[in-house]
Amino acid sequence: MEHPALFGVVASGNLEVLVESGSDKTLCDFEVDTSAHGFAPVWQAVLEDFVTRYPVGGLKFSIHDAGATPAVVHLRLVQAFHSLDSGS
Amino acid sequence: MNADGHRAWNTRKLARQERLTRAIPFTRGKEVSPSRLVPLLEALLEPGDRVCLEGNNQKQADFLATALCACSPGQVHDLHLVQSVLALPEHMDLFERGIARRLDFSFSGPQSRRLARLVQARQIEIGAIHTYLELFGRYFMDLTPDVCLIAAQAVDASGNLYLGPNTEDTPVIVEATAFRNGVVLAQVNERLEQLPRVDIPADWVDFHVLAPSPCHVEPLFTRDPAHITEIQVLMAMMALRGIYAEYGVERLNHGIGYDTAAIELLLPTYGEALGLKGRVARHWALNPHPTLIPAIESGFVESVHSFGSEVGMEAYVAARPDVFFTGHDGSLRSNRAFCQVAGLYACDMFIGSTLQMDLQGNSSTATLGRITGFGGAPNMGSDARGRRHASAPWLKAGRERDAASEHMIQGRKLVVQTLETWHSPGQPAFVERLDAWQLRDDMGMALPPVMIYGDDVSHVVTEEGIANLLLCRTLEERAQAIRGVAGFTPVGCARDHRAVENLRDRGIIRRPEDLGIDVRQATRDLLAARSVKDLVRLSGGLYQPPKQFRNW
Repeated sequence: MEHPALFGVVASGNLEVLVESGSDKTLCDFEVDTSAHGFAPVWQAVLEDFVTRYPVGGLKFSIHDAGATPAVVHLRLVQAFHSLDSGS
Repeated sequence: MNADGHRAWNTRKLARQERLTRAIPFTRGKEVSPSRLVPLLEALLEPGDRVCLEGNNQKQADFLATALCACSPGQVHDLHLVQSVLALPEHMDLFERGIARRLDFSFSGPQSRRLARLVQARQIEIGAIHTYLELFGRYFMDLTPDVCLIAAQAVDASGNLYLGPNTEDTPVIVEATAFRNGVVLAQVNERLEQLPRVDIPADWVDFHVLAPSPCHVEPLFTRDPAHITEIQVLMAMMALRGIYAEYGVERLNHGIGYDTAAIELLLPTYGEALGLKGRVARHWALNPHPTLIPAIESGFVESVHSFGSEVGMEAYVAARPDVFFTGHDGSLRSNRAFCQVAGLYACDMFIGSTLQMDLQGNSSTATLGRITGFGGAPNMGSDARGRRHASAPWLKAGRERDAASEHMIQGRKLVVQTLETWHSPGQPAFVERLDAWQLRDDMGMALPPVMIYGDDVSHVVTEEGIANLLLCRTLEERAQAIRGVAGFTPVGCARDHRAVENLRDRGIIRRPEDLGIDVRQATRDLLAARSVKDLVRLSGGLYQPPKQFRNW
């Protein structure tokens, strides 16, 4: 991947996902910056589910969250992943 | 007792005549001057009377409500209110002032918090919270009003009433009151030489008063497309493929929320691309939702019968008489009782959103500290056991439920609940135990206020997938099917993964990819209108949205 790709917007109830190449092809990195506190187990569950469903080794996802629900987080991650898939 | 006249058989008629005699000093024929309204009510009403102070979902007899509140509690007290909706602050003031004491109703949206406080302070006795049809039914049994205070658009010199597009409950209220020797008093927006049409004949109406301002009508059914999210678009895509197309649902009712507004706006785009025009969503029991305009304009919708109306849709409806029920004058004729009957018996599907669902599929919009009631949802969202006409979706749903049974052929209504798994971070939609149980305990109610019972629900749609509860064979399967679409809520995370995969293999749970849906397509670009302005444009300028929905 030559350029990082950006999805979503930082707006209330929404989030922004930046996806770029990571340093290690066997690892997937997540960096989560969120305004909502106390939801670490839910984030863990969403991200674990995502990495078991999609081959995301070698990618780094940076997330700027503004109170998005897990549904929105999941949708944005999938959109970001598929956009790489289709080479855009 | 015998025929010699030991017993009088016309006490109600005599009581009515007494009331009318007491009214004479405050009236000129049927006409009441606004300044004489309060003394007239004090003369007409008797302590303990059953009174319907017309409060609809939309239209409110607000001038009469203010006047009733201004009556002296020394003269007018302990009234029993029997009305479908408590929307105005005055409806609650009546109980605080001691003018009314007992209440039988259906819905209390805007007053739900105050109502709960009054119940806890024992300032009000609630008989029951009903569905609309249930309350209307009781108007003809044990809850017939002695006096009804109604709202109409216009009156003519002989006292005939024109109700305008928001007919709503008026006909059923007047029918029950007038034909059991009650008294009917109407507030009107205007007096006309010639009415556009007669909705209530003059001899059913005793008095009318010209209100100083037109009665309040709330635009409850306007959903701004700008607020529809991509998750709602995704769920609408799933519903269209997995339910509308799958069952060929031609006759239906939609709820009021953004989830179903998204479906309305996807019909002409995604629905059209799936080849669904003419195959689904042809006949509707629905208020004139502005978000239905694109589907009407694109030829999806053949007919719409309405419970009430919607502010701003008058000119559009009048210009589409092939679609809407209209009078010979051209304007909309709505009727809540008849439209509820259509929704109960003549629709093959109800689809709407809810706030909370438990593992049996019971769903509720009740939240702590609020008594909201039900409105029409439990009638729309229930299988009508008295139904005897067949249709393809009804038979298919029945077959799915009864796969193993060889006894009888019975169809089944599709009752679909759509809900995002989380309302907001920290507020899951799926719960082990509904708040409704706590509310029952707090309020001392006989029943938890469940909007739709789990055994009536056929499908649950979330962003994670569709659960078909008809195909579940045990309560445990049903619970896992619900967990299996409950996302990352605690209820969803507690799923048995193997059981859920098994349900998916059997088609009981279907994910977007199982339905052939590419989630990348789930963007707002699929909406046939993305703003209220788009709706105005698509209506050819006929739709005139209220001010609060104009931002241009």
